[in-house]
Amino acid sequence: MIPIHGLHLRAVLIQALRTFFIDRGYLEVETPIRIPAPAPEAHIVPLTSEGWFLQTSPELCMKRLLAAGIPKIFQICKCFRKGERGDRHLPEFTMLEWYGAKSDYRDLMRDCEALLHHLGTVMGKGGVLEWQGRRIDLGPEWEHITVAEAFRRYAPCTVEEALAQDQFDEILVEFVEPHLGMTTPTFLCDYPVVLGALARLSPAEPKVAERFELYVAGLELANGFSELVDPVEQRARFLAEQAIIRLQGRDPGPMPEVFLDGLETMPPAAGIALGVDRLVMLFGGADNIDQVVAFMPEGL
Amino acid sequence: MYSASDFRKGLKVQIDGEPYIMTDFSFSKPGKGQALYRARLRNMITGNAFEKTFRSNDKLEKAALEERTMQYLYKQGDEYFFMDNVSFEQLEMSKAQLGDAVNFLTDNMDVEVLQYNGRPIGVTLPNFVNLKVTQSDPWVKGDTSGSDSKPVTLETGYVVQVPPFIEEGDKLQIDTRTGVYVTRVKE
Repeated sequence: MIPIHGLHLRAVLIQALRTFFIDRGYLEVETPIRIPAPAPEAHIVPLTSEGWFLQTSPELCMKRLLAAGIPKIFQICKCFRKGERGDRHLPEFTMLEWYGAKSDYRDLMRDCEALLHHLGTVMGKGGVLEWQGRRIDLGPEWEHITVAEAFRRYAPCTVEEALAQDQFDEILVEFVEPHLGMTTPTFLCDYPVVLGALARLSPAEPKVAERFELYVAGLELANGFSELVDPVEQRARFLAEQAIIRLQGRDPGPMPEVFLDGLETMPPAAGIALGVDRLVMLFGGADNIDQVVAFMPEGL
Repeated sequence: MYSASDFRKGLKVQIDGEPYIMTDFSFSKPGKGQALYRARLRNMITGNAFEKTFRSNDKLEKAALEERTMQYLYKQGDEYFFMDNVSFEQLEMSKAQLGDAVNFLTDNMDVEVLQYNGRPIGVTLPNFVNLKVTQSDPWVKGDTSGSDSKPVTLETGYVVQVPPFIEEGDKLQIDTRTGVYVTRVKE
């Protein structure tokens, strides 16, 4: 059954996203969906296409545009991730990404607040979102909590212990995520360095990366970070990811050399990826991602 | 063998020589973390259930179950009676054993009866069945609630969400794997 109500909401919301960024001086860009070398990431599997890959994120191409001197850009595009299917996942989904030169992850958090306020107004929700029986106040002060603190507060072990036992993801999903974004949206910040492949280390606390995830009502909505612009460090992290991918028995594909070359001239910057389908779920009160897309892969 | 990416509700697997059915399944993937497959598994004989989180490289063995085609005859209380179309042998199963299948069983329907070591433990239905609407509220013209579906009751007592134009007496095709309305069918 085609979810007509969800499609109407989706159209209005995407229009509102565009207006928000265009009004703030961002340039809307389109970059190729089919690319020769995606960023190697241990747990994101790209789909292949005639020897190339369908993008899992437009990140690398968008950063090359920053390096070329365009200071503020955004894109709304399709991304593809193999095997990701569930109530909150589709293997083909819609991503919003935006990047700003000379900014860091704190600026992105402020952008997120302004964006959700804007959408609340446009979508007639005012300052309150209701989702899965929760009332989320979009009002002035959003919760900020570090990964270390969230584990101390909600998990049966510390973040270091979880990493050492190779149980970080399991514990995050079972014990931590259900508490995030329950009264206001929550920024889960400052990830262990091993979990921030393209993020800059915190100057104040070099054991963590300046990366955050935005949660609303337990739903993970966006992932942003202060970009790593050191080509040597970036290559080392890509090599580490490629080693993990090989251990999994997968082919990591070619190193994104052109991207690494371009990092030399990239200004300090921050960038973020936000799941548009999930945003429509939140504003439309939909429990399942199937309710906000025209067709699911199973229905084609 | 099933790998984690094959996991879905209704999958029948074997663990330590016992048949289990996956009664609930959810996929999650935190941030840039790995895919996690959380499954609830119910022992198809004892009914005992447990939950476990699997990773993408985990595998489960396919359950060694035998199936034979039988006809559903009638029910008496919570007992449902079936007959082998060739040997005319009859057997019965309880409502608890049948689970969601009771929502879709109509007289004389052919089903696959599942047996584990000769004992009937469940049925597999045709993927699609046609069921009559026995109760439906008329659609109020000018309904501005914005909803594009409404609930109706089918001849088996099952309640399903359908588009507003469905009326009492209509026959609907239902997907028995998901319990979801597919289309209205002509007699």
